[in-house]
Parts: sequence; C-alpha cells; structure tokens
Amino acid sequence: MQEHPHTHDHDHDHDHDAHGHAPHAPPQPDEKIHSYYQVLGLALKELLIDKGVITADEIRKTIEFRDSITPATGAKIVARAWTDPAYKARLLADGGEAIGDFGLDMGGTHLVVVENTPQVHNVIVCTLCSCYPRNVLGLPPSWYKQREYRARVVREPRAVLAEFGTDIPGNVEVRVHDSTADMRYLVLPMRPKGTEAMSAEQLEGLITRDSMIGVSLPKGG
Amino acid sequence: MAEFAPGTRVRVREDFPVGHIRTPIYVRGREGTITRKFGAFPNPETLAIGRDGLPKKALYEVRFRQADLWPDYKGGANDTLDIDIFEHWLMKV
Repeated sequence: MQEHPHTHDHDHDHDHDAHGHAPHAPPQPDEKIHSYYQVLGLALKELLIDKGVITADEIRKTIEFRDSITPATGAKIVARAWTDPAYKARLLADGGEAIGDFGLDMGGTHLVVVENTPQVHNVIVCTLCSCYPRNVLGLPPSWYKQREYRARVVREPRAVLAEFGTDIPGNVEVRVHDSTADMRYLVLPMRPKGTEAMSAEQLEGLITRDSMIGVSLPKGG
Repeated sequence: MAEFAPGTRVRVREDFPVGHIRTPIYVRGREGTITRKFGAFPNPETLAIGRDGLPKKALYEVRFRQADLWPDYKGGANDTLDIDIFEHWLMKV
C-alpha cells in the first residue's frame, strides 16, 4: 500500500476513505495493478506536469520534504518543552508559532498542543478521516487511519489504551480529542520521574510517536 | 450569530443534511460545554462543493462528558471528549 500524492487545492493533511483498497489488503503480486483512485491520481499528476502547472522535480521535492519529518521531529519539540518553561508556555499558547523555532510550520492548519498532567491524559483521533499533525510527526501509523481505532477510541478509550499497554488510573480524566476541522493536535506527555539530570538530547530518546498521539507514555513514564 | 463564551452549555443540532458535514453523528443532539473559540474558518460544507467557504464560520472546542455521549460508558466518571464544532451546528441550551 503506498501513499497517494495529494492534489487537493488546499493543504489537507488527511486521507479520505474512498481510496478503494481494503485496510488489510495483501500486497499485490503485480505492482502494475492500480486501483481506480490510483489511476485517477496518476492521470491527474501526468496532466499537471504535461500542462506545466507543476514539475516532476517539485513533486519529488515535496515527497522528500514529507519524508524528512518523522516522530523524532516531534520528540525534539517535546524535549525542549520539558527543559525550557518559557518554550513550553509558547508551545501551549500557540503551537504553530512555537514550532517555527525548528524551521517547521503548519501550512494551512493550526497546531494545538494538549498537555498531560497528573489529572488529565489526552489522546488524539480523527473519526471522520485521518487528520494528524503530519507537520511535526510525519505520516501517521496505519492503525491511526483505520476504522477500528477511529470508531473505538471515542467510544471506549480506556479499552483501546489498554490494548496499547497503557493503563490510566480511574481517577485520571481521559480526554479524547476528535480533530474534525482546522486544528491538528499534539500531545505533550509528562516528563518521566527520575529524568531530572537528563539533557534535552537524552530526553528525546524517551519520547515516542505513540506518546505524542496519547496512546502510550514516554519510555520510563 | 451570537458568540458562545467559554463555559456556555450548548447542544449540537440533531440534523442530517446531505453533503460533506464535519460534525460527527455521535455528537449530534448531545449537550456539552464551550471550552474555547479557535477563530473563524472557511466553511468546509461549502468548500467541499467547489465554493469559497465564505462567510467564515466561528470554530469552537466543545467538551462533552463521555457519559453524556454514551449512556453505557464504562470508563472513568470524569472522562471527556473535546471536539471542534462550527457555530452553525451549536445552539445555546
């Protein structure tokens, strides 16, 4: 299953459901077999190149840029927030502004950073499609886009978290964020106890993708 | 349209129009509380059919108690769900 180049006329960082392949479809033995929507995407891409609207080089550069953003990018942001209170305040006040320090921007969307505390554990989802903070975490994991996660995490979040090995005490509020519009969410996990002596660079190694989605805790957390 | 201040109790319209609607069915008809206003954004319902999305619509974060969404909710009593809802889907309770 490959990512399709997106050709919407606005920066939609989500996939729609109508790509016409089953979520668990086995790899096609013949790579030349394309789905209807893959053919449509390829035809549109070729037309845009033929008519000089965009170049193949621009498409490749965009894919390279997308591939350059990974969960390690988000980990740098979180580690900075853990070690720099002024930065954390900026990140919570206006995520899109604060990530500019790392040369990042949210394009057409807005970044809302939600902080885990001893009282509240946050988890993110997009029930309608697959909105995800791609500009800070890169491409979403496949389960994030599948219907099972999207339907269940709003209905029985604690059961879903338990399947990720995450048990949140009953007295802690589990707060699910369903990103239905122009906001993209990033969870700011709690810094694990006993890490006071660690540098920001060392802390980055504790911060996983799933902990920034909210389905797990940082290593040692 | 009137502004909703944080803390205002609101109900989501229980309507089922055809089209690209970004108000999930599971919150329609449910009561929650405004937690913040994000600003005004182009209306996705008209953007989706090739129009300009204007006039912009105010976008709010609305917090629901999970027990108000799912009567048989089995998680914590304090568990909540936050969701982004455009003003024209909200009514003051």
